Amino acid sequence: MGDFHNSEADLDRFRFRLGFAAVFVLLAFALLLGRFIWLQVIQHDFYRTRAEDNRIALIPVVPNRGVITDRNGVVLAHNYSAFTLEITPSQAGKLDETIDALAEVVEIQPKDRKRFKRLLDEAKNFESIPIRTRLSDGEVARFAAQRYRFPGVEIKARLFRQYPLGHVASHAIGYIGRITDRDLKWIEESEQQANYKGTDHIGKTGLEQHYEFELHGETGYEQVEIDAGGRALRSLKRIPPVPGNNLQLTLDAKLQEITEKAFGDRKGALVAIDPTTGGILALVSTPTFDPNLFIDGISPENWKELNEHPDKPMINRTINGAYPPGSTFKPFMALAALETGKRTAGQAIADPGYFTFGNHTFRDDKKGGHGMVDMYKSIVHSCDTYYYMLANDMGIDNIAKFMGSLGLGQRTGIDIGKDDSGESKGVLPSPEWKRQRFKRPEQQKWYAGETVSIGIGQGYNAYTPIQLAQATATLANNGVMFRPHLVRHIVDTKSGEKRPIEPKPIRDLGWKRQNLDVIHRAMLGVNKEGTGARAFAGAPYQAAGKTGTAQVFSLKGAQYKESAVRKHLRDHALFIAYAPVEAPKIALAVLVENGGFGAQSAAPIARMVMDYYLLGKLPGGAAAEDADAVEDDNEE
Amino acid sequence: MIDLPTTLRRWWHQAIAHIDFPLFIITLAIMTIGLATVNSATYDSTHRMLSQAGNMGIAVVVMWLVARLPPQKLMGFAIPLYVLGVVLLLAVFLFGITVNGARRWLSLGFTRIQPSEIMKIAMPLMLAWYFQKYEATLRLKHYAGATLLLLVPFALVAKQPDLGTALLIGSVGFYVIFFAGLPWKIIGGLIAAAAAAAPFIWNVLHDYQRRRIMTLIDPTTDPLGSGYHIIQSTIAIGSGGPVGKGYLNGTQTHLEFIPEKHTDFIFAVYSEEWGLLGNAVLLLLYTLLIGRGLMIASAAPTLFSRLLAGAITLGFFTYAFINMGMVSGILPVVGVPLPFMSYGGTALVTLFLGIGILMSIQTHRMLVKK
Repeated sequence: MGDFHNSEADLDRFRFRLGFAAVFVLLAFALLLGRFIWLQVIQHDFYRTRAEDNRIALIPVVPNRGVITDRNGVVLAHNYSAFTLEITPSQAGKLDETIDALAEVVEIQPKDRKRFKRLLDEAKNFESIPIRTRLSDGEVARFAAQRYRFPGVEIKARLFRQYPLGHVASHAIGYIGRITDRDLKWIEESEQQANYKGTDHIGKTGLEQHYEFELHGETGYEQVEIDAGGRALRSLKRIPPVPGNNLQLTLDAKLQEITEKAFGDRKGALVAIDPTTGGILALVSTPTFDPNLFIDGISPENWKELNEHPDKPMINRTINGAYPPGSTFKPFMALAALETGKRTAGQAIADPGYFTFGNHTFRDDKKGGHGMVDMYKSIVHSCDTYYYMLANDMGIDNIAKFMGSLGLGQRTGIDIGKDDSGESKGVLPSPEWKRQRFKRPEQQKWYAGETVSIGIGQGYNAYTPIQLAQATATLANNGVMFRPHLVRHIVDTKSGEKRPIEPKPIRDLGWKRQNLDVIHRAMLGVNKEGTGARAFAGAPYQAAGKTGTAQVFSLKGAQYKESAVRKHLRDHALFIAYAPVEAPKIALAVLVENGGFGAQSAAPIARMVMDYYLLGKLPGGAAAEDADAVEDDNEE
Repeated sequence: MIDLPTTLRRWWHQAIAHIDFPLFIITLAIMTIGLATVNSATYDSTHRMLSQAGNMGIAVVVMWLVARLPPQKLMGFAIPLYVLGVVLLLAVFLFGITVNGARRWLSLGFTRIQPSEIMKIAMPLMLAWYFQKYEATLRLKHYAGATLLLLVPFALVAKQPDLGTALLIGSVGFYVIFFAGLPWKIIGGLIAAAAAAAPFIWNVLHDYQRRRIMTLIDPTTDPLGSGYHIIQSTIAIGSGGPVGKGYLNGTQTHLEFIPEKHTDFIFAVYSEEWGLLGNAVLLLLYTLLIGRGLMIASAAPTLFSRLLAGAITLGFFTYAFINMGMVSGILPVVGVPLPFMSYGGTALVTLFLGIGILMSIQTHRMLVKK
């Protein structure tokens, strides 16, 4: 190194160093080659013998999946042991002949053969593959007597998942199914490959999927001596598996069951929440399905029936159905008006039965109007005109801001499905939303006239029942908002300790006490002298509520006035409620698809749920439609 | 009508103008062997092989794009990429996700990234740029500056801990400094110092790293723990013999004795099935790859491109040597994949970035000379 730099000399030095590096590379590779010759030629015999003697295989032992129970310990998902007939292909000789011979001893259906073929393609040769699951005692005895005829065929006791209540709460619990390539990717991303060796089922939907890695447990291992062909000879050592953690839910299975019954064959959803924690008491989506069908791989006929059924039983309406809230939106609008100072409770309007904006007339359901209407009356009698005017005065931005703070139009983050993405967002209408939703500039513009129908929960408004229930619970809890969740605590099987799912409040909306009192009083009035009075007649507790009816129309048409409701499509019935008003223990949202007026079909279900939850009272019969509930009071 | 073939030909010529065919054919050959071996290692499903084939497609496109950028453009990336790399490594240090006791990943919400991967390219780029900048006034203090640029990311990666990647980043950086003319006296001094510091380094190593070194000396001390990998992969290689057991017939592989068989230990799978003959072919291919890379470095017109090409080429060597040395039991087990063979998209893209840079240096040479 000197001060003087000559580029030719630099280049020469660089090339010399390249040469040096090349020699170094060659020497290093020669060293490797030498090592390979040592291992593969000189020591070859030694290593060949070692490979042949290599007889210790680690065979995974799958842990028992965690049990799911409701808040009272009622089992919703558990495992039961059953006998399976299994074939180890490498020991069984000609498989087709073996299976034909077995069919004379135990019943083997074509679908069993199909499944066996499929599993055979996926399996490794020292694994045994089930040809029949759930053998009867008679079949076990018959096979045992003839066992000598079938080398490589064994009866094994295996654990199967079962959902004892069948259809009940299937949308919340979900189900498990065989691991697919997509699940494999999930396992890899979660760095769980090692733990899933030997596992062949995984949570596919609901809680089973959300808490998969809690429920699964830790795989154990068995050291097995095997021969060069891979056949297991004897067990040397066993590291037992650790069973998966159990889930105890906030859900009440009995409440869930009677609620599902109350829907009868009607489509709909109900979400009941403990407003002080966000714990879900019932999560109903009807029609339901039997998750037990999925465990062994659902048969094509069953799948077709579920998937192509016009009522769509596989859709979880509580988180994936987005519906206009109808008049159940009004108490929230009223609270927004009080909080933003756009109205006082005593301010009254004169309702002529319609509201005119530009050259369009928005009608109230009651011809001739309600006369003088203050805030209390607007909720109790569900006056549309009051809210047309209010929406127009508040403007869309104020409405969207307030409703957004309640969680409307956002995923609640409920603990079902793999992550949030399974939950629908719904639509919280705002100019911003419209810009993003539509492509053409003329569609992207927000028209002031569109704000008017937003006020009565129509227009672009579309929320999931879980959002509506969360908003109702937040109102019941005086503005302190919780994330709705199904699991109360996870019971760690290793330590026995209970890990609670913390009911952490998401936010306190800081509403004024006197404003809340106005709304609570008005919603109490709904069930005393208004649209919910018939359904809650004689209730020994103070229940606040609001009926709603959502018009069934397509959102695509954009303008509200063009989307006149077709007569044969009955409206969706809605009802939100909470009780007891003084210190609410339960808040809920009910939706009955094509159920007509909320007071008629939705409110009686809410009454039944509350009677059971607050009083322990079982319904006398299925909650029948209360046909004449709203004869003279059909304002919504 | 006559024009169309002419136009197509012109497009084609433009498309391949920056491809260096010797380099491309050699990597393609190694990659084909790799794909076949991934298939054998994960024989029970084709999912991995298909996914790896997809990774290769992406990697080749990346190579093609990078090869089209002239080296002057590449120089422009040196500082931003290096700074980004260091910032991300710091972020990992502060908020990284811990997986299996090592903090290597950074969550972006929708995906996770491993910032140390960026450093594998950013380090030689940065140092080559640095020496080019001080080419005319190079003094000893500049070597010290370069060493500092090298040590910061090295320490951050080693701290994660990810010894394999730290080693790669460190060695690639060292190659640049070496080619830039670090005096032999200092190199000798460093080796002596390293030897003297060995006992001290032993104390700083993590437990599992120490175990791996002990295992190397006597694998049988821990046959079910970290020695298991080496024992089983050595048996696989040795039992392969002169010509191997035949494709898809490796018993060590298919009876699940080889761990990480489609990633870090893929060489054991290959070696068991193709034997010494196969190993010789693979070594020859790597030698050709490195030879071609060194030729490109030798003919490169600027100091920047010379240093970069030389360091990247020796980087490939380091990968290959450490991996094969570890699998055959002469180096400790560190997590280094076998270049162009092991399963894994990120590593493949990084490797092909390197190939693309070599091609860019080679094919833009004439333009610079004019």
